[in-house]
Amino acid sequence: MKFDRKVEDAGLMRGVAALTPDKIEKTIKAVLDGETGAKLKMYAETCVRCGMCSQACHFYVSHDNDPTYSPAGKVHQTMSRILETKGRLDPEEIYKIAQIAYTECNLCKRCVHYCPLGIDTGYIMLVVRRICYKLGVVPQYIHDTTNSHSATYNQMWIKDDEWVDSLQWQEDEARDEFPDLRIPVDKEGAEIMYSVIAPEPKFRTHLIYQAAAIMHQAGVDWTMPSSPGWDNSDLAMFSGDNEIMGRNKRRHFECAMDLKAKRIVMGECGHAFRSIYDMGNRWLGWKMYPIEVVHAVEFYWELISSGKIKIKEKIKEPVTIQDPCNIIRGRGLYEASRKVAAALCENIVEMTPNGVHNYCCAAGGGIINCGPPFKNTRTTGNRAKADQIKATGVKLCIVPCHNCHGGLEDINHYYKLGIEMKFFGDLIYQLMEKPEA
Amino acid sequence: MNAIYDFVSGPLCWIAFIVFIGGSAWRLYSMYNEAKKKDVNSLAYMDKHYALRSILNWLIPFRALGWKENPGMTVATFLFHICLILTPLFLLGHIVLLEQNLGISYPALPDGLADFMTIIVIAACVYFYWRRKSQPDVKFLTTRKDWFALCVAFLPFFTGFLAYHGIGGDKFMTILHILAGELMLVAIPFTRLSHMIFGLFSRAYMGSEFGGIRRVQDW
Repeated sequence: MKFDRKVEDAGLMRGVAALTPDKIEKTIKAVLDGETGAKLKMYAETCVRCGMCSQACHFYVSHDNDPTYSPAGKVHQTMSRILETKGRLDPEEIYKIAQIAYTECNLCKRCVHYCPLGIDTGYIMLVVRRICYKLGVVPQYIHDTTNSHSATYNQMWIKDDEWVDSLQWQEDEARDEFPDLRIPVDKEGAEIMYSVIAPEPKFRTHLIYQAAAIMHQAGVDWTMPSSPGWDNSDLAMFSGDNEIMGRNKRRHFECAMDLKAKRIVMGECGHAFRSIYDMGNRWLGWKMYPIEVVHAVEFYWELISSGKIKIKEKIKEPVTIQDPCNIIRGRGLYEASRKVAAALCENIVEMTPNGVHNYCCAAGGGIINCGPPFKNTRTTGNRAKADQIKATGVKLCIVPCHNCHGGLEDINHYYKLGIEMKFFGDLIYQLMEKPEA
Repeated sequence: MNAIYDFVSGPLCWIAFIVFIGGSAWRLYSMYNEAKKKDVNSLAYMDKHYALRSILNWLIPFRALGWKENPGMTVATFLFHICLILTPLFLLGHIVLLEQNLGISYPALPDGLADFMTIIVIAACVYFYWRRKSQPDVKFLTTRKDWFALCVAFLPFFTGFLAYHGIGGDKFMTILHILAGELMLVAIPFTRLSHMIFGLFSRAYMGSEFGGIRRVQDW
């Protein structure tokens, strides 16, 4: 079948230009023999091609049930081709395969809820990405991000002094409002090491301000590291560069252990959370993270339920909530998120479907990190989400994940939804009692 | 004709069962060994409780999201699989053969009911055929392997139905029926039908991962 939706991307073009069928075959064989086993074989063999998973995918639904976007349809065009040709593919087909695997599957695993045989399409797509990465065929922007992880241990090419400078800057700003506030850097033996993703210091710096305000108000014994490892994000795990993924994650945990922190609290990010319980830890051979990691949503509930943070008044207008795949379907934080939401808002209007069955934002799984060339892929590929939000009739949406924020902002503009988006942290900062301030 | 009948119902039948049981055991064993070498983390996450929880929840019609959103398929696939497994196991004719040859006996389904269940399997196969031909997403996915699997499942029931109703020559159709049954047994470990032996394990793993690590349901 003709591939009529090729998107020009500098990384993909440069990558396939250097390939020959021989090289492709050799690389694919090396990955399949070296890194995959019974799991992939079993999935490839037992999928009975029933098509029950089609409806699971927001891409499929948003493209008027185009079969080439169904989960099994995407496997059919990628991994199945790789297996049936034993890797003997021409470079042009690798382009198509890479585009599908990197930009048309968010690895959200919603399709798991549709497959009677329990086939994990997300896993299959990750193996495809791993192959593409090994072939050097990676979308330019995400590849650059991975290189940044490799060179600086953070995804935004932030230099070590710039990082500490950002923290001090936010501390300085916040001391206007809270005269005693500190952002304790490298404090040994603190209860909590707080880690963020690199876009926070880069262009959402107010989130660090707000987190500091919340920690300060709640009287939390906390610290942030000055050394590399402060960035908990990991786009290498989505580009297929597993080596860098593992190195990143190890550094993040070591940071906390060097500081002798009791546990890590991470900001409102989905994929960084996934990297600590699902992917980074496995690559490193750890069944689970070596030091307790708590997501912001759970942490906020701790602060609110223990009375450390008091909410002075709730939001009265109706509010809806985006359920990010990596924290809800990924780690069961649905209950916690609703408890926090109920503490902050009077009227919550749920999206349908929601919770573990919610649709992805189409930005996750590294797609938004593939950059501007694929922005339309995300917006046209997620009409389902726009319809879902429209149906709530609500203008304020809580979005506890950076990727979802980015994705929904684009959908918001493209479909003219006119919604406003907030992190839980935004609302807590706005609504909490601040006696000092 | 008699000689052929004796052969297909005798030695060939033994061979089919040996290939089916031996093949399935070998495939499970070699898959497990490969998993021990290459999929260590997946094995490490296997959890009996969550595996069972997942399997049981998926065995209830219309419980999982996938079943709810594919109602036609749900009805067809449940009826198909139940009848496909129970009919040959509890058919009077088969039990009589077992008793004659191995001395094993157990209660049988009434012939009329077994006939009805056979018709259900045939009807489900027709539905699957129609679905593969006409539903664009399924059509896009369908390969020769899937057609082959459907044929292999269809034939024993179709020929069995004809033989029971004396259509197409009693002996001749019975021979075809036995051959079709043997083909199915032999095909199970080595074709798409292997979901019969591996399906429980992939489900069990997904249940373990969703329950144990992700702390959510997978249905």
